This record gives sequence, C-alpha cells and structure tokens, in this order.
Amino acid sequence: MSSPEPAIEANGLRKRYGDTAALDGFDLVVPAGTVHGLLGPNGAGKTTAVRILSTLLRPDSGTARVAGFDVVRAHQHVRYRIGLVGQHAAVDEVLSGRQNLVMFGRLYHLGTRAAERKADELLNRFRLTDAGNKPVKQYSGGMRRRLDLAVSLVLAPSVLFLDEPTTGLDPRARNEVWDEVRGLAATGTTVLLTTQYLEEADQLADAISVIDEGRVIAEGTPDELKRRIGADRIDVVVHDSVDLGRAADLLAKVAGAETTTDVDRRQVSAPVHDRMAALTELVRAFTDEGLAAEDVALRRPTLDEVFLRLTNHEKERAA
Amino acid sequence: MTTTTLPQPPGTLGERLRWALADGWTVTRRDLAHRARQPGMTVTDLLFPVMIMLMFGFLFGGAMAVPGGDYTEFLVPGVLALTMVFGVEATFTAISTDAARGITDRFRSLPMAPSAVVVGRCGADMLGAVVTLTAMVVAGLAIGWRWHGSLAAALAAFGLLLLLRLAMLWLGIYLGLVMRSPEAVMALQILVWPIGFLSNAFVAPGTMPGWLGTVTEWNPLSATAGAIRELFGNPAWAADSWLSQYAVLAAVAWPAVLIAVFCPLSIRRYRRLSY
Ligand SMILES: Nc1ncnc2c1ncn2[C@@H]1O[C@H](COP(=O)(O)OP(=O)(O)OP(=O)(O)O)[C@@H](O)[C@H]1O
Ligand SMILES: [Mg+2]
Repeated sequence: MSSPEPAIEANGLRKRYGDTAALDGFDLVVPAGTVHGLLGPNGAGKTTAVRILSTLLRPDSGTARVAGFDVVRAHQHVRYRIGLVGQHAAVDEVLSGRQNLVMFGRLYHLGTRAAERKADELLNRFRLTDAGNKPVKQYSGGMRRRLDLAVSLVLAPSVLFLDEPTTGLDPRARNEVWDEVRGLAATGTTVLLTTQYLEEADQLADAISVIDEGRVIAEGTPDELKRRIGADRIDVVVHDSVDLGRAADLLAKVAGAETTTDVDRRQVSAPVHDRMAALTELVRAFTDEGLAAEDVALRRPTLDEVFLRLTNHEKERAA
Repeated sequence: MTTTTLPQPPGTLGERLRWALADGWTVTRRDLAHRARQPGMTVTDLLFPVMIMLMFGFLFGGAMAVPGGDYTEFLVPGVLALTMVFGVEATFTAISTDAARGITDRFRSLPMAPSAVVVGRCGADMLGAVVTLTAMVVAGLAIGWRWHGSLAAALAAFGLLLLLRLAMLWLGIYLGLVMRSPEAVMALQILVWPIGFLSNAFVAPGTMPGWLGTVTEWNPLSATAGAIRELFGNPAWAADSWLSQYAVLAAVAWPAVLIAVFCPLSIRRYRRLSY
C-alpha cells in the first residue's frame, strides 16, 4: 500500500479511570486534509481521545500517530505540528488578547519579532484588532473562543484538535467558528472536531465517527450515516385528532416509510430521504385531500435518536 | 497559507538548556505582566505583611518585655520569616488557578520546555519575595528595627529567608497541582495562620505550655526566625533548647529537606498531570 500516511491514526487506545473505561479500544483513521467529526454524548470519551492524541495524556495501551509521529515517544515533534482548542477556553484572563498571542508565540519558540507579527496577523484575521489590547476578562464568550482558536493557529498546525468548539456559543458566534473551520480545511489543515450535535458534524465533517462508552460504534460520511439512521424526519401536526388517521396514511405514502403517531400532540412523523421533495409532495397531497395541517416541520434526528438507532443496530447484529 | 518555518525541537543539551531558560523567562514575564495590569493587587500584597508588622509592633511593643532588647527588634525578623511562609499561598493560588482554567493543559500541549512552568513560577515568586522583603525592611527600619551584625551576616540572613521562600514555593507548586478546588484555596488560607502563630515569630516558645512549645520549636518558620535573629544580632529570647543552639543549621536543613521532597514530587506530578 502506497497511500500517504493518515494525519491521525489511533489503534486500540485504552484508558481507565478507576472503574470507568474512558476509552475502550478506540480506533481512528483521519486522512490528511480532511475534517473528521467525533460525535458522542456526555462521557463518551471524546475529550479523553483528544487529550491522548494531543499528547496531554498517556494511554494505558494502544498506539497513536499524529502528523507522522508517535504521540508518546515523539511527543515534542507532535507538539510543533498540532493546535489544540480544549473544551473550555484556555487563555490568560488578565492579559490582553495580544499579550496572550505573543506569549504563546514565544512558547512555540518564535522570535520576539515573529511572535508579535504573528499576533497582529491573527488578531486581524479573527476580527479582534480593536479588542487586542483589552484584558481577556472583558471579552464575550465568542471573542474568547476566537482568541482560543487564534492561539492554536500560531504555528499554522497541520493537525488541529477542537473539543466541542461551539458548546455554549450563540448561533452567530457558532457560525463564525464554523466558517473558520471551513477556511482551515480549505487550506489543507486536518481537523478533528468533537461535538454533541449531529448538525455540527453534518455541516463540517467529511467523515464522522460515532463514539459511545469509549468505542467507535459507527463510522462513515454524513450521508452514509444518515442513510443508516433514517435520515431526516418530517413532523405533521393536524388541527383535530380525528384527522390523525388520514394524515398518517398520506405521510406513509409520501415518505414510503412507517409513521409514528403522537395523539397528545396531534402529530404524525416519519423518516424521509429527500427532504425537500417529500415536503412539497406532502403539502400537495394534503391540499388535494382538503386536509388542513397546523404545522409541518422537517428536522434532523436528534443525537438521542441516532444513538437509539445505532445501539439497536449493534444489538440486532449481536443477536 | 503563510508558512512559518517550523522550529525544530532542541537537540543538544546546550540548546535544551537555553530553551528551558528562555521558556521559563517567558512564563515569569507573564507574571510580571499580570502585576503591571493589576497594580492594586501588588500593593495589597505588600501592604499586608507590613501591616502585620506595624500592628503587632504597636500593639505589643509596650507590653512585651524581651530580655536583652526591645520587642520591635525581636518582632521584625519574625515577621520577615512569617511572610516567607505565607508566600506558599501565592504560589498555590497561581498554580491551581492555571490548572483549573486549562492553561496548564495548553502549556503542556506546546513544544515548550517541560520545566518552564515551574521555573517561570519560581522566577516570578522569588522576584516577588525580594520586593516584599525590601518593603518590609524599609518599614522595619522606620519603626526602629536595626541590625547589629556585619553586612555579611545580614546578607546571609536574607539568603536564609529566600531559602525558606524557595521551600514554600515547591510546597505550593505541589499542593497547587494536587488540590485544584477553590475550597482547597480557602483551607490553605486558613491553615497558614496556625503555622504562623505556632512559631517564635511573635513570642518565645518558652512562654507556651510544654507540648505547644515543642511543636513551635520544630516549626521550620521558628528555625529561620531564630537563625536570622542571631545573624542580625537581634534578641532571640531564651536560647536554651538544643534546636535553638543550632538555629542557622536548622534554618538551612529544614528548607533543604522540604525542597528535596517537594521538588521531585512536583516535577513528577506536573509531567504526569492527569495521566
Ligand atoms: N480525570 C478523570 N478522572 C476520573 N474519571 C474521568 C476523568 N476524565 C474522564 N473521566 C471519565 O471518563 C469518561 C469519559 O470522559 P470524557 O471526558 O472523555 O467524555 P466526553 O465525551 O468528553 O464527555 P463530555 O461531552 O461531557 O465532555 C467519563 O465517564 C468520565 O467521567
Ligand atoms: Mg469532553
């Protein structure tokens, strides 16, 4: 095999904390230049995986290589090539944004001049120039995240780790981070991103690993995964519960799938593959039948639904 | 993409040493920048020990009869040593705050010298100790304290004080890495007081009930305070016990033991942080 070495490769990583196995045979391959999403609920082991891959934590067993170097044996080499944005913004609150960037630049062993130049360049790029000399204490959550991201980009790392980069951000700040990640991916940076939101992984990642209890339980492109988990869902709410039966019949025909009915909410729902086509067809079918809907909504499956599906699959296969 | 040429990990021992110093200095400078941004805090840090010294001096100065001298002469060296011990709190707070905020993790993910965090802390706190001592000596001279020995002896006394601070530094780093909760900070803030008072900083151990006197004698703070009183030529108040005969030796041995224990423990702990 002569394919280029992947940017991130983990084999059978294990890490225990007392009785809990935070990672329990974790495998991962991320080709260079791609964005990979690590999707999992609280306690799945996302942070533990990121900490091992970014050399902060030593695995109990298993091996991992990042940017061509072993994370345990050659951690110094790895550290020159990675950027890490942890789950919580790790910047100095007392110093200004600029002072933070210069300090971290120095610690990446840039000369004073180069560190200052880099700081100004990054402040500009992350629209922090005006706030550059204010203490970070006065920054908003979104600004802090942007600074955090800027710090991790001081050396233009070839591999970037982002641990839940948008948790706690408002939609606007979240979009800014997403744009930045897309920009980085476009310039060839490999990104490993953890998230609890299916939508985020769907928006950004070329491939997704779904992780639960320290192990990857499903893997693939967003489309492949969506196909496996039944894609999007369509919810229809009717005015009167006597119409629920007819609505369910129509929806079943349009979606070509089984429907579920929630009598209390006067709602029927079904998974659909082609979202827009299904929506238009459904609205037309309702009009033709003279049936009035109070609300029709398309939505992504929630992470809960994904897990239920995936873990059920696992059990079915095991049975 | 703008390409910054990738610095290489230091290869030779000389290069490693140079980076260790440079990185340590960067971390020290961070602390200096903190002080520059929060001048109020630096002033409070200085005022606190000076206030203790003035308060005890004025409160007890008249009432306490010290054999062979006056109370101010006895008190000032005691408070100097006490301040060095209280320094453990500053080190502890700085280290545990960084660990809790994730700054320590970020430092550890950088290709900087692994020693830089502690070396940098060391630089910052020792500089802080020199500044504090200077302010206190000035205040001490103002309320009538004098040293009577040679300049060399006085310098040796300051050396012993800084040695005690260094020992407290390593203790503080270790505790800061081990205990991270805000409650731990509170606990430590309260705990340093009995350590401060169960010493010969304010009164002679001889005036305390038997067992308490013994505890007090063995307090490292007492060893340093006793030794510098001797070196400054200040009254030491009843020097009949075995320990106080060898005050200077004890003032070197105690910090040396603390450093020998907590320096390797801290480095190990830092390297294996959450391993
Ligand atoms: N330092 C630690 N000590 C003890 N247990 C730990 C430690 N770190 C993680 N764990 C445990 O390991 C498991 C995985 O934790 P991890 O932080 O990797 O999950 P996560 O997927 O990042 O979760 P979250 O979405 O909440 O951030 C959890 O059960 C957690 O309680
Ligand atoms: Mg996490």
